[in-house]
Amino acid sequence: MSTIALDRGVRHGFALAWRGILKIRKNPEQLADVTIAPIILLVMFTYLFGGALAGNTDAYLQMLVPGILVMNILQASMTAGVQLNTDVSKGVFDRFRAMPIARSAPLVGAVLADVVRYVVCVVVLLIIATVMGYRVQTGPAELLIAAGLAIAFGLCFCWASVFVGMLLKTPQAVQGIMIVLIMPLTFGSNVFVGTETMPGWLRAWADISPVSLLSDALRGLLNGGAIAGPLVGSLIWMAGAVAVFFPLAMWAYRRRV
Amino acid sequence: MALAIRAEGLVKHYGETKALDGVDLEVPEGKVVGVLGPNGAGKTTAVRVLATLLRPDAGHATVHGHDVVKDPRAVRSLIGLTGQYASVDEDLSGTENLVLLARLLDFSRAGARAKAAELLERFELTDAAGRAAKTYSGGMRRRLDLAASLVGNPSVLYLDEPTTGLDPHARNEVWAVVRKLVANGVTVLLTTQYLEEADQLADSITVFDHGRVVAEGRPDELKRRVGGQTLQVRPTSLRDLDVVYRILGDLTGVRPTRDDDTGLLTAPVNDPVLLSTLVRKLDEAGITADELALRLPSLDEVFLSLTGKRNEGSLV
Repeated sequence: MSTIALDRGVRHGFALAWRGILKIRKNPEQLADVTIAPIILLVMFTYLFGGALAGNTDAYLQMLVPGILVMNILQASMTAGVQLNTDVSKGVFDRFRAMPIARSAPLVGAVLADVVRYVVCVVVLLIIATVMGYRVQTGPAELLIAAGLAIAFGLCFCWASVFVGMLLKTPQAVQGIMIVLIMPLTFGSNVFVGTETMPGWLRAWADISPVSLLSDALRGLLNGGAIAGPLVGSLIWMAGAVAVFFPLAMWAYRRRV
Repeated sequence: MALAIRAEGLVKHYGETKALDGVDLEVPEGKVVGVLGPNGAGKTTAVRVLATLLRPDAGHATVHGHDVVKDPRAVRSLIGLTGQYASVDEDLSGTENLVLLARLLDFSRAGARAKAAELLERFELTDAAGRAAKTYSGGMRRRLDLAASLVGNPSVLYLDEPTTGLDPHARNEVWAVVRKLVANGVTVLLTTQYLEEADQLADSITVFDHGRVVAEGRPDELKRRVGGQTLQVRPTSLRDLDVVYRILGDLTGVRPTRDDDTGLLTAPVNDPVLLSTLVRKLDEAGITADELALRLPSLDEVFLSLTGKRNEGSLV
């Protein structure tokens, strides 16, 4: 692809991302699953189980917030597939395809619009957590790095959702499959409880799961503590997710579109 | 005359279903060609191939000389597409929809706004410009859809069943718009299930059935090809019905069709001169008629005789 074509592709991607953002603004309820749902989880786990799990709710909140952030981002990355699937089956997508624009522009647009969604997720969650008593123990630089890392994580794993979204027929099916995939991934981790009391097979997975590793990396960045180990692990997972799912997503997209 | 669209031997199969089974189509520049056929005849498949949305299994097609498979980008920069279903973004307002498309066509920000405003004005949607498209009536949405397909000033426009599901008023609005476009030199490929629509808008008609072209020609040619004309007469008084029935029968040599409720008598004729003979005979018999006409068969009848079945989509 020449640089001019690339430039046009990016420009068209931005135009379509603007469409995605307009749609979020008009239907803010589509953000509910990534704003209200995690808040409910945060409140519920903190006040219901926090005392029992960590001795007191404040201590539990410190440990929980970075993990919920990861869970939230993963949830948010799921929408890319659902959204694209919905779009592809509509007449408006035919119109885009019958225009002289880059074939990948709708894909780029959907992913770029998702970044906005991720930012909203991170900001809303951190505000609520702060109201509940959560405090970042490090500094603004660490906070920005942590937020950036979480968003990058979403951008890497969204290709899995794009892949599923282009493979399955209906948005409902995509949503269903993604929930089935994401639930065990987020709960089978150290987001809510330490892995020490888990049975061996589960612990073996939970200790190396991308959700656990990124949660630990964010805990290190936000609360202080070890960063390097979990950070490297997270980056390996992120690279792996892109390496596997980006080509699959592109293949499925080209087949469908 | 230069051809805007030329398709030769287009084939597209879906398993056992032959959506297109060797279709040839030619659309001269600046003309309206109507593709007429029942549901499932292959009309939409043909449009999708010509709009580069679908790759044919065999055959080839060009738009202004550009091959739809080998050079889709060139084709896309020439065409506008209005789908069978409203293909605008329902969540976005009229303005936002048009601005988005203009931006995708490399208009500047200001240029895109100006283009959107111009098109909304032209399609009488200015008052609804800021409202989400999902709040539009069927006719408004179709107008927005048409406006959307014109953002790039296409020289070839595909209208895939542009009035399906619209009420007669909204349909007339769409027809008026299409006529205006054609007056400005745009080439139009129109698919429709409505014979009346093809009759109203098209310079020539291609009839599809089961993925094949079963007939083509000017509307009046098609009508003539399918059958002779009919002589229709309705006496002012129903009491004269029997007398007129006999006169008409003698004249044409066949038994006229007779509707006792409306008093309308119809008989096929081969010689148009019979009309004046009938007038004279009625005059001699001292009978006046409310209705007296020589008419070509309706496209409905044309369709029936060409495909052997009624066109379910016909307007009543």
